[in-house]
Amino acid sequence: MDLLRVLVTDDELGMRLGVTRTLRGFTVQVPDVEEEIGFVVEEADSGEAALEKIRLSPPQILFLDHKMPGISGLDVLEATQHLQSEMLTIMITAYASIETAVQATKRGAYDFLAKPFTPDELRNTIRKAATRLALAKQARKLAEEKRQVRFQFIRVLGHELKAPLNAVEGYLRMLQEGRLGDRLPPYGEAVERSLLRIEGMRKLVADLLDVTHIESGQRQRQLESTDLELVAQSVLETFAPEAAARRIEIKLHASDPVRLTADRGEMEMILNNLVSNAIKYNRDGGRVDVRLTREADRVTIAVSDTGIGLTPEESDRLFGEFVRIRNEKTQNILGSGLGLSIVKKLACLYGGDATVVSQNGVGSTFAVVLCDPPVADLALPTPRHSGEASLCPPCNTPAMA
Amino acid sequence: MNTTSPKPQVLLVDDDSDFLWQQKVQLEADGFEVVTAVGEADAKAKLAERHPDLAVIDVMMDNPDTGFTLCYYIRKVAPRIPLILVTSIVSETGMDFALASDNDRAWIRADALLAKPIRFEQLRREIDRLLPREATAQAATAAAH
Repeated sequence: MDLLRVLVTDDELGMRLGVTRTLRGFTVQVPDVEEEIGFVVEEADSGEAALEKIRLSPPQILFLDHKMPGISGLDVLEATQHLQSEMLTIMITAYASIETAVQATKRGAYDFLAKPFTPDELRNTIRKAATRLALAKQARKLAEEKRQVRFQFIRVLGHELKAPLNAVEGYLRMLQEGRLGDRLPPYGEAVERSLLRIEGMRKLVADLLDVTHIESGQRQRQLESTDLELVAQSVLETFAPEAAARRIEIKLHASDPVRLTADRGEMEMILNNLVSNAIKYNRDGGRVDVRLTREADRVTIAVSDTGIGLTPEESDRLFGEFVRIRNEKTQNILGSGLGLSIVKKLACLYGGDATVVSQNGVGSTFAVVLCDPPVADLALPTPRHSGEASLCPPCNTPAMA
Repeated sequence: MNTTSPKPQVLLVDDDSDFLWQQKVQLEADGFEVVTAVGEADAKAKLAERHPDLAVIDVMMDNPDTGFTLCYYIRKVAPRIPLILVTSIVSETGMDFALASDNDRAWIRADALLAKPIRFEQLRREIDRLLPREATAQAATAAAH
């Protein structure tokens, strides 16, 4: 239980006892906040006593009587405004003096309670204040988590950007110092590898810009009726030479024309990433099948390959940022480690999801489900720790059985 | 000089195939025999079938701390193999660890720590320092032949 400190300031003992009694054992449950909130009540019998307690340690909620001998409630309010604390002040005023309440609110009071009040009125007022405090705390926590996730992202990014630089620098030094012997071919190989690493780095930067575009939410999305089959055809054409070089056959299957409301650029990004992977991780002479299907308000893009496949453990991690499966089979395949995280983010923008079914050594099928029309509330996946896939918000309508 | 004596064998573990290739070519030119591994599982498999005289291990591979755990493993199965950890962690995280203090030596089970990018001469110097003199002499002889 999360305990909030409440300070009741009133010169009338009866009032202080009443508040203390009403809040004893009282708890508040705020929607979307896991922890229940309880209250610890302290009392002050004058404005001076309250200021002293606040100076030592400000409570989260301050009940403040307006009219007291000595310094008034408004004076206390005034004196505590400079405090850098989350303290919410609730003024207790006499019924008649509504202007006082207004004045107090202007000076920074959060709410007011008119005397005499019932226990229920008190509980409602404190529920409101507690809810606000809990939500503010939750928001701070989320902001901090987000900051940590970004920090982690940048740290890994630094590592990923430095790796190709180190590799190219290593090759250049070997060339400079003539460490590859007297024959020319090894030098050619070093140059070839350097160029490949530079290409990989360029792809990483491009993917990074894609991620930034998607996440900034500033990119103009053009949602319009899009013929997915046409988009897929043009994407497949760009990969034809790469596939032909490795005798990989690519087939597009779309039984009916599949149209959906989407941003064409985003559809290209999804298909580019999936098809590129399907070729990269395939075996020579293998095949790639791209299937476009619709079921009610869901459109599915499924890309199957006959490649190296994944273990279940690898499949679980695959959609996270900078996750690359590293083993002997993948060591010469270049990738930014961002492609599938981009696919996942885009799927989430459509209220859909991206998943993989794979058999190690046999092949994988990546499926992207998109809601059509896209879910109105465009929520990005909730950030989680790096290396874990994010969670997508679900489609509006459940899938047809 | 006995030229048939086996060359000193170095196990290189890194997930960057270019790093592996670069160090391998240069070590071989200097008369070493080189075995490479691309990750923890691969390294363990290679250790089961070979008996390297020294291992050079990258820190961030399958996991951010693979190099450290691999060092622990090797210390357990082959306690006499000198271990050189290679990492870019120091400059990236500002996380400062070295093998200077007893405290660091207690948890980093390596004999030397090199920061990436490394110069080949640095690596050679550490290998020479950690391998018995006869071994490096053999390497030099092998390279000369």
